[in-house]
Amino acid sequence: MKVNLQDLVLDSRILKAGQKVLIRGTIYTARDAAHDRIVKMLDCNKEIPFKLENVTIYYCGPSPAKPGAIIGACGPTTSSRMDIFTPRLLREGVKFLIGKGVRSRVVVDSIKQNSAVYFVVTGGVAALLSKTVKKVNLIAFEDLGPEAIYKLEVEDMPLIVAIDSFGDTVFKI
Amino acid sequence: MRRIESKAIINVVENLCANVNFELSTDVLKSLEKSVVFEKGIAKDILEEIIENAFIAKKERIPLCQDTGTASFFIKFGNDVIIENGDIYYAINKGVSLGYTKNYLRKSIVFDPLKRKNTQDNTPANVYIEMVSGDAIEITFLAKGGGSENASSLKMLTPSAGWDGVKEFVLNTVNEKGRNACPPLIIGVGIGGDFSSVGFISKKALIREIDSENKNIFYNKKEKELLNEVNKLNIGPMGMCGITTALAVFIETKPVHIASLPVAVNIQCHSFRRKTVII
Repeated sequence: MKVNLQDLVLDSRILKAGQKVLIRGTIYTARDAAHDRIVKMLDCNKEIPFKLENVTIYYCGPSPAKPGAIIGACGPTTSSRMDIFTPRLLREGVKFLIGKGVRSRVVVDSIKQNSAVYFVVTGGVAALLSKTVKKVNLIAFEDLGPEAIYKLEVEDMPLIVAIDSFGDTVFKI
Repeated sequence: MRRIESKAIINVVENLCANVNFELSTDVLKSLEKSVVFEKGIAKDILEEIIENAFIAKKERIPLCQDTGTASFFIKFGNDVIIENGDIYYAINKGVSLGYTKNYLRKSIVFDPLKRKNTQDNTPANVYIEMVSGDAIEITFLAKGGGSENASSLKMLTPSAGWDGVKEFVLNTVNEKGRNACPPLIIGVGIGGDFSSVGFISKKALIREIDSENKNIFYNKKEKELLNEVNKLNIGPMGMCGITTALAVFIETKPVHIASLPVAVNIQCHSFRRKTVII
């Protein structure tokens, strides 16, 4: 199923765990260091470099773009490292999360409470995924190198609904 | 004595960094192509994506994975070799710096584990040297991703735990952490030695060819037993169930103290990138 992230914000409940989707829209990369900074900025009431309401966060630190390319390899990193930050960001309005691997019970509950969705994308297929990125803008934290925040416009990015807005999950543990 | 210019080693390492990160090893690809036949649904789709990715990466020289890894080198250094204009550590690190920078590979190393400032060229590499007879240098490069390394584990068992204890620890490690490490996995198991060496042999175990037999018949059987048990865990590709949780289990052992039975499990993701060159 093809979905536009903007439309999905209106009703995330149409998605069910295990479903495959091709998404289109704007996503922001952020990994460990960027999460840490965002949360510290929130704690100090500082302005965040992008609006968190209804956005999609992609746990990704791309490799550098070679000449002629807009981005390098850009697959997901392990989501669970961001578990300690996630409930806070979901409360601030973040709607969709993209990464790989399982999440903690606390994150699953927070996803349910906030009608959010956690998608997974296949790890280690980063060359293939680079083809789905159509536009790239550096948004913040350039000093973090691969951990900077990039705004990506993606088309037909292949995801699987891993935790839906009801808290159901694709992982059988 | 054979004299080798450091420049020759630097060139080899620079090319290794690129080729290893752009081209999935043939044995891994073959193993994935074998597994895809037996999977269905999401598991099959994921394996197909991994295979397609390998073709795109090779053709367009894009890294297989954005995590181009910690540069790890297993070196067999001939006693009859002298390196001119530098030493082996200099040559390897220079090659890594050039290889990662010129080929737009990700720099994933920070100077200090707590202060975390990036070194900007993916050095220092992890260099493990073994002195051997002869006048050649054998260099094996492994690009080891952080996610799978994080899923690795070490435990100081005691002798009474025996094989059952070792097996339980391996299966528990895979079951607890394997889903986050980009399965299908390759599992390196170190048994014996001491606290510091068991971790090393578990990683060194990884550089074997998939489907190769362990030369030790006893451990060859144990590898097959473990692989079979791991693939019954129903973790599957990317942890979303299936029969392909691991492509291989490799065991390395070492003599050990009468009081100890150390075990280490080094988890490797499906983007299993390594290559050997002899100079």
